[in-house]
Amino acid sequence: MTATRDDHGRFPFETIIGLEVHVQLKTVSKLFCRCSTKFGAAPNTQICPVCLGLPGALPVINQQAIELSIRAGLALNCRIPEFTKWDRKQYFYPDLPKGYQISQYDLPICAEGYLDLPETDTGEAAKRIGLFRAHLEEDAGKSMHDETGGLTQSRIDLNRCGTPLLEIVTKPDLRSAEEARRFLLELKLLLTHLEISDCEMQEGSLRVDANVNLHISAGNQKVVTPIVEIKNMNSFRAVERAIGFESLRQYDEWEETGATIQTVSKRTFGWNDVREQTFVQREKEESADYRYFPDPDLIPVALPAERVDAIRAALGELPSQTRTRFETQYQLKPYDADVIVNQGPTLVRYFEAVAKVAGDAKRTSAWIQQDVMRTLKEQQCELNDFPIAAPTLGQLLRKVTEGSLDNARARDVFQYLLRHGGTLDEATKALGIEAVDQSELDLLCDRLLAENAKVIDDVRGGKQQALGALIGQAKRINPNVNPGQLRQRLLEKINAV
Amino acid sequence: MAFSEQEIRQLARLARLELTAEEVRMVGPQLERILEFVQQLAELNTDQVEPMTTALDIQNCWAADQVADGLQRSAALANAPQADGEHFLVPPVLPGGNG
Ligand SMILES: [Zn+2]
Repeated sequence: MTATRDDHGRFPFETIIGLEVHVQLKTVSKLFCRCSTKFGAAPNTQICPVCLGLPGALPVINQQAIELSIRAGLALNCRIPEFTKWDRKQYFYPDLPKGYQISQYDLPICAEGYLDLPETDTGEAAKRIGLFRAHLEEDAGKSMHDETGGLTQSRIDLNRCGTPLLEIVTKPDLRSAEEARRFLLELKLLLTHLEISDCEMQEGSLRVDANVNLHISAGNQKVVTPIVEIKNMNSFRAVERAIGFESLRQYDEWEETGATIQTVSKRTFGWNDVREQTFVQREKEESADYRYFPDPDLIPVALPAERVDAIRAALGELPSQTRTRFETQYQLKPYDADVIVNQGPTLVRYFEAVAKVAGDAKRTSAWIQQDVMRTLKEQQCELNDFPIAAPTLGQLLRKVTEGSLDNARARDVFQYLLRHGGTLDEATKALGIEAVDQSELDLLCDRLLAENAKVIDDVRGGKQQALGALIGQAKRINPNVNPGQLRQRLLEKINAV
Repeated sequence: MAFSEQEIRQLARLARLELTAEEVRMVGPQLERILEFVQQLAELNTDQVEPMTTALDIQNCWAADQVADGLQRSAALANAPQADGEHFLVPPVLPGGNG
């Protein structure tokens, strides 16, 4: 079939995306020395002869970095080879004092794997994204160049040098900017859940490079555009926008110049977040020039199956499994399970603790999504600092489910607890909420019916909505009265007469 | 195994060495002699031999993930050609970098 141009004058094209994601492992010390990895320290205060690359220094592998890498690999369905080793990647840059980066070339710690993306509430189907590998390497330092201070010198802070990074390399399986964002969100959820990484792009504990090109169906020929690697994206939103921009830029470039993967080699582009544009950084890749070779200072790592199995056994429930469990155990809709699970393990634990006491998972899910999550967002606070303890919210929701407290009153209690903390008893007492007993309810009903003869006629005539006026009056007389119970008692009395 | 002048210049560039034309002519034959010496190993048949990654007969030396003191900043910066008391100072580099 011959492909023709669309309304925008473009031939149909598909965007092919592969990501390289660097995540900083959550260790307290560096990959090959015992300097601290703490973020935000004064410049050059977390360095030693090893990470400075001074002569005679000997690197020693951080055991926890190996542990976390295997944990990540297993969660990403990777094969964990029995043997892995270290290689030097040579290049010169002022933030790399050794003149080489210790990385892994041909025998990475995690071999081929995949990550499943769940279906979305907007109707995007579930999708499996393949991974080529994940390897361990050390980070470089930071160079700062103050353009305003004249172009005299750059300042170098080597605190970050030697910080453990796991580089996760996807297959070119992603087909849109939105899909790339979905992948990153799911990856972040998994890695934060397993406490492998904080995955904070702002702090540099997650960095993304995107390899992008197009497959264009131009008439009856298939065109493949040159690959561009986009760097310097500082948020998930930036990744999405950069890929979106780049795919249209490549299409236009092909229309203008006819450049294809055969005529132009891979280039590196940066992302300008302010202008929302990609721009050329390097015209030609020089990947063949890193001259990797095995690092003679380091000893290879053997990972017996028992060790890997032990880590696998300790993985616990992964977010995708929690979603499924929430749907079966609590009968939550996939969308609701997704919203809660995507908030991370703390909210998952909170939800389960509340639901257990409340005895009503659906109500718990609704309250957590509407009231708890909204409050957290409005007050920009973390769940750990949330003033309402899970059992307290659970008791409150149990009262609603039992019918002894209506939703509106329950929200008053919720607001009170938000402001003052404390127990449910303290809150209800402070708000003057007392259970209205049966005799009180009867007295109230009798009074209302005596004063509103017309309502009785209306209800008998089939207009049950006439009761609404009585419920309003009752609330004014006694705010603690439960509208549902009142309504039922009124009906009983009217029908009994 | 002969080196072209272009190959020598490429190797020099990767190693950030500035070679004069005279030095390029001198280094070429020297490198060739080194490679010829190593080339003797090629006489051995290694079809059935697994590539070796280390000469040491040990595996798995690790350290526990515990922070230990490193260098004082003043000591770390002491031998730098240029420093401002907090940072190493280098000729200007563009943001972004390599790697
Ligand atoms: Zn160090």
